[in-house]
Amino acid sequence: MGLISNGTTVFDAGAMASGFGGSMTFIKKLTASDSADLTFVNGASSVVLDSTYKEYIFFFDNIHVSTDDAEFTVGFRDGGSDYDATKTTSNFRAFNFEDNSNAGLGYQTSHDLAQSTGFQKLGQLQGNGNDVSGAGYMQLFNPASTSHVKHFIANYTHHYTNAAPGNIHNLTGGYCNVTAAIDAVQFKLTSGNFDQGVIRMYGIS
Amino acid sequence: MGLISNGTTLLDAGALDSGVTTGSLVLLSTLNISNAATASFASGITSTYKEYIIKFYNVHPADDDADLTVNFRDGSSAYDAPKTSTFFWAYHDEGDTTTQFGYASSNDLANGTGIQPISSNPGSDNDQGCSGTLHLFDPANTTFVKHFIATTNSTEPANYSINSYAAGYCNVTAAIDGVQFKFESGNIDLGTFKMYGVK
Repeated sequence: MGLISNGTTVFDAGAMASGFGGSMTFIKKLTASDSADLTFVNGASSVVLDSTYKEYIFFFDNIHVSTDDAEFTVGFRDGGSDYDATKTTSNFRAFNFEDNSNAGLGYQTSHDLAQSTGFQKLGQLQGNGNDVSGAGYMQLFNPASTSHVKHFIANYTHHYTNAAPGNIHNLTGGYCNVTAAIDAVQFKLTSGNFDQGVIRMYGIS
Repeated sequence: MGLISNGTTLLDAGALDSGVTTGSLVLLSTLNISNAATASFASGITSTYKEYIIKFYNVHPADDDADLTVNFRDGSSAYDAPKTSTFFWAYHDEGDTTTQFGYASSNDLANGTGIQPISSNPGSDNDQGCSGTLHLFDPANTTFVKHFIATTNSTEPANYSINSYAAGYCNVTAAIDGVQFKFESGNIDLGTFKMYGVK
């Protein structure tokens, strides 16, 4: 049953009509608790990651690593069961230490990829002190396209390694160089587990 | 027909009541472009929202080596608001031979009325193009300049990934009431542009 007001369809087929409500739809929240990875798979656990939305945004809240110097990474699944979509990317970062001894801005060749199937680093060496963590977001554009590469842009800031307390702000851009659809996204660390942290996924309609 | 729940009007006359809680990102308009010179939002930019966000997906140029650009309309019919802006980028090629990060003075403006590049040189191969986001802040303000920030990623003809950051302001106190995208040369072969208001 639909609901029509003054000739305008407001609800139909169990959904609010386009133009009503917001365009940023919460899809899924994953909460880490000593977790090896945080994974969003289309069709599993209420996750939608298909042509329903033109863009998906993942927000990272208080990503806390269990192991000092772990780096926050992402991989994309392009049809198989592995998170190994081929990627070409760029990465740069700004940093400043708490003791004001060092600061800088520059490209990080250690954090880019050239047609690699490996995971993309979104952050650098991250400390694991009780009160330190990381936060940010990643946009994934039109993952269901079967014509174009799949662009993504990430912005992640975190506490640097325990040995050099400070802030490090990482900006990553790139694309999965495949025309197959991306149907799942996995976040994990280069070592150890996610001790705590939340990743929230939204679709933009 | 209206809908009233427990004495509270939820909707009436084809619109949700202003007191009903909804999301704060509101889709206003979608342009699906096919072989057109421009993609223009010529209406719908008013004082209703303090911020407008325009997202663009898989914008595919007809020709190689043309920057995707933006311009703003400040009261007349022309998209020629004077702008002062900055532009920087990071890029890396698929062959892992070149990386770069820095300011691109060729893509900034100093009170220029011309087009502002927001994405560098997307390629015209079938799978190439660019995607990104443009924020336009308080365009209806008649006291202050109008700030904008654009972030994009593109695939370049020689197979580079280019991550671009453009920011600046329209140096006018007149309201901005239109936004136009086009390539530096050639048509927009394909692309989707979606404009949102932020409550």
